[in-house]
Amino acid sequence: MSKADQALLNKKSAISPAVALFAGWLIPGAGHLLLKKPIRAALLFVSIVAMFSIGIALEGKVYTPNTGDILDILGFAGDLGSGILYILARVFELGHSSVQIAIADYGTKFIVVAGLLNIVSAVDAHSLASGRKLS
Amino acid sequence: MTITHFGAVLLFSFFTSIVFGITQRSEPKMMIRFGAFCFALFVFGTIAASWGMWLIKH
Repeated sequence: MSKADQALLNKKSAISPAVALFAGWLIPGAGHLLLKKPIRAALLFVSIVAMFSIGIALEGKVYTPNTGDILDILGFAGDLGSGILYILARVFELGHSSVQIAIADYGTKFIVVAGLLNIVSAVDAHSLASGRKLS
Repeated sequence: MTITHFGAVLLFSFFTSIVFGITQRSEPKMMIRFGAFCFALFVFGTIAASWGMWLIKH
């Protein structure tokens, strides 16, 4: 790695990495928006919200905590990654508490993966803010 | 909402590839290339796995 690359690597953003991480988790793409990357933020927002919405439209299951089933706990952890989308789904009682039709199983996976992708994008915003990722 | 199995594969692959492209590469050109690579891998991987399962059954 050249000195210029190292200098770029060590260059930190004005936004705190923790703030970028939290904003990115709460609202998909918000971390990138704070870091002045609006196109990436818009693409992430559209992708994650679309995944979550398709999951809800397919009558996928929205996991809840404290069911005692280890697989449900993992599903809940994945769903929770969606941030405000998961909160809205719980508040407005979107989705189903159990899979009713075969295609709803796909919906459940769409919802969980939307949460996991949101965590990936929030961590990416953290890496950009801390200087671990160049650009 | 109803959707075909292949339609679900395409939608899943498309949106997931966008996120992977943006988060796993630094340069815009490389993001597009990696996103396209992931999309192809998802779709053709699913088709290959489907044929594999069909062969196991028959």
